[in-house]
Amino acid sequence: MNPIAWLGELGRAVLNLLAAFGRVALFALDAVSHIFRPPFYPREFGVALLNIGWLSLPVVGLTTIFTGGALALQIYAGGARFNAEAVVPQIVAIGMVRELGPVMVGLMIAARVTSSIAAEIATMKVTEQIDALVTLSTHPMKYLTAPRVLAALITLPVLVAVGDIIGIAGGYAVATQNLGFNPAAYLKNTVDFLEPLDILSSLVKGAAFGVIAAIMGCYYGMHSGRGAQGVGRATKSSVEAAAVLILAANFVLTGVFFSL
Amino acid sequence: MIRLENVHKAFGDNHVLRGVNLEIPTGTSMVIIGGSGTGKSVALKCILGLIKPDSGKIYVDGQDAETGDRDAFLARFGMLFQGGALFDSLPVWQNVAFRLLRGSLKRPAHEAREIAIDKLRRVGLRANVADLYPSELSGGMQKRVGLARAIAADPEIIFFDEPTTGLDPIMSGVINDLIREIVTEMGATAMTITHDMSSVRAIADNVAMLHDGVIQWTGPVSQMDSSGDPYVEQFISGNAEGPIEAVR
Repeated sequence: MNPIAWLGELGRAVLNLLAAFGRVALFALDAVSHIFRPPFYPREFGVALLNIGWLSLPVVGLTTIFTGGALALQIYAGGARFNAEAVVPQIVAIGMVRELGPVMVGLMIAARVTSSIAAEIATMKVTEQIDALVTLSTHPMKYLTAPRVLAALITLPVLVAVGDIIGIAGGYAVATQNLGFNPAAYLKNTVDFLEPLDILSSLVKGAAFGVIAAIMGCYYGMHSGRGAQGVGRATKSSVEAAAVLILAANFVLTGVFFSL
Repeated sequence: MIRLENVHKAFGDNHVLRGVNLEIPTGTSMVIIGGSGTGKSVALKCILGLIKPDSGKIYVDGQDAETGDRDAFLARFGMLFQGGALFDSLPVWQNVAFRLLRGSLKRPAHEAREIAIDKLRRVGLRANVADLYPSELSGGMQKRVGLARAIAADPEIIFFDEPTTGLDPIMSGVINDLIREIVTEMGATAMTITHDMSSVRAIADNVAMLHDGVIQWTGPVSQMDSSGDPYVEQFISGNAEGPIEAVR
């Protein structure tokens, strides 16, 4: 391929990428703006709270308890190389609260909730239910997107807080049962070491990841192609996009909180 | 009256509508016939604003469909979708009363439920269907629920998109008769899209043949068989030979 054609291809790819970012950004702004503009749909919001928040608790709990336990073992094994085994409670706490809790919960929500939202809305689109909503004078962004985004914004920080606590509990269980740590000392070290900014960063990350997960599900659902293949592609793409954006947002937010 | 003036719509290189002109007088039932993929549904969705035409104008009672209060505009319409388009997450009665449970036509839930059950009876369904979910219904029952939803708010204009597709001949006849009865009794303006000729004869006051993106022929249903239009004749007879290309 000659260099000019190669540059053309590169330029086209970059422009397509920027256009995609633009479309998602406009969709996100539209979705968020509908949260504040009536009419509101409390029933849809309640269902979304239940689906995104309450029903995600088991997967969040299981994911974070195993992560916390594994983290304690890793830190103990790594710390032993330079006689720093005693830092297990502190590193488990900071690792779970600042990083692993929000990221694990965010990724599990991307897998569980983003896929579910995308598949549901995409199916509604291919079966003309979205058109039916419009003909029934109901704005799909208000009825489908706004309640889900608001519910994710509210529930994700709570899920992350629960995940942080369960993750720390997993580390505590492993450290006290297998590694010989004193339970009271472990808890004291954990509580003493954590700072309000650590908890704030965890909750802010949770809220940001929740919005990303819900918006990606809604965006790909609303822009699904036709038929079963369209629904499948929308679901797959929504999870990929949500996971990548969550990790990118995590990097950015970590940098922001690191600089505070 | 609904009037389409030189409506064009293309999807990429596929020019679906190439200048559609059509008038549907108030209180009459117009059936648009034509082969699959000729743009019948696109024309209907253009009127409702679900698809924006590339050019041309659509007027409903003299008002430009693209201007004015959108909610008030849509409140005049009821629509039966091809697959029913019932909301899976809602029980039947909430599907039927959807418009009555929210928005400008909102009323108390018990009242909306009563209206929904009344409309379900009107389409031949019993009250015990009201609390079932769409997935628990047969295809014919889903069409009836879709029909009940279309008429729930007593609209002035009702659209029917392929109302008998996927149904057996007996159920098709039942749905056709229901549509005819309801349109007559409500005095509504109706527009139906179909390629089922039994539907055309049962539902239509007037017929329009859409082919190659334009209305090839339009006239009263009584004149359809003697239209002399080669497209209509081929479509009615189902003959593979004629101006409409049949892919074999």
